[in-house]
Amino acid sequence: METEKGIRWRALKAAFPKTIPIFAGFWFLGLTYGVYMNTAGFSFWYPMVMSLTIFAGSVEFVTVNMLLGAFNPVQAFTMTLMINARHLFYGISMLDKFKGTGWKKFYLIFGMCDESFSINYTAEIPKDIDRGWFMFFVTLLNHLYWFTGATLGGVFGSLIHFNTEGLEFVMTAMFVVIFLDQWLKEKTHTGALLGLGISLLCLLAFGSENFIIPAMIAILGVLTLLRDPLTKEVWRK
Amino acid sequence: MTMTQRFITIGLVILGTMLTRFLPFLLFPAGKATPKYVQYLGKVLPSAVFGLLVIYCLRNVSLISGSHGLPELILIALVIGLHCWKRQMLLSIAGGTVCYMLLVQFIF
Repeated sequence: METEKGIRWRALKAAFPKTIPIFAGFWFLGLTYGVYMNTAGFSFWYPMVMSLTIFAGSVEFVTVNMLLGAFNPVQAFTMTLMINARHLFYGISMLDKFKGTGWKKFYLIFGMCDESFSINYTAEIPKDIDRGWFMFFVTLLNHLYWFTGATLGGVFGSLIHFNTEGLEFVMTAMFVVIFLDQWLKEKTHTGALLGLGISLLCLLAFGSENFIIPAMIAILGVLTLLRDPLTKEVWRK
Repeated sequence: MTMTQRFITIGLVILGTMLTRFLPFLLFPAGKATPKYVQYLGKVLPSAVFGLLVIYCLRNVSLISGSHGLPELILIALVIGLHCWKRQMLLSIAGGTVCYMLLVQFIF
């Protein structure tokens, strides 16, 4: 019988390689975020606490602007809901995968950022690796990268000189690869093409600041209309 | 903004973020049967969401100014090619990123 410690260790070893691209991306973005807060006049406590408790990159950047402006709690709350509405889709997709993970489920949901979701949804976890611990470590490592990056950026702020133009592409490359992996695995590409096409149309129509919500509504609407034909395709073995 | 107002603002951002993450799990607890429609969405949404995320990453690329999205287009093609060839996630991502950095720093 393998010890609990052994199970955890092997799950960590399986999870770590999957998170390496996120390490690069999160350190870059986290540092940028910390530096941004530093130069906006905030103590390093802010990026440190916010990266730990919010753990949602884009909304943390927006929060900096909110903190600099006039006090508007309603706007802070509704903006957050709008920017993060895509998490609702992640949750619906993970209902099954998070089942039976015990107390870890709470943390898995708490830390379900774009990257944790994408890795945990697509990773083919070997049969002999504990699924719950694998997903737990993917989430924990991502959280750690973001937290350390943001804190270091906040502490060293103006001392850091970036000569890393283009490094942000690491996130785009990762999502392209994840999209491709899913594409190669699935039996029907209707969903993938709809996601890509509708998002692009909405981006062109509504602009980069406002396209997510219309895109989500349109995706949901079209998928609902196509429920009957798609159900047959998806469950076809 | 006072200290208290800052704490309230940050608290509301945390609350809003957690609401978007926990809501599906609160609405459809593991103990109860999930409605068929939601199960269907759980199957078809991920592919669409990955498409949305790709576009989301490219949202600030301008087609009418600067380099017209050319470096992004070239590199996405390269990442796809590399990945179909070697099927090594890290290689595709690292290779694509390094080439992109060289491209935007030295050519565009």
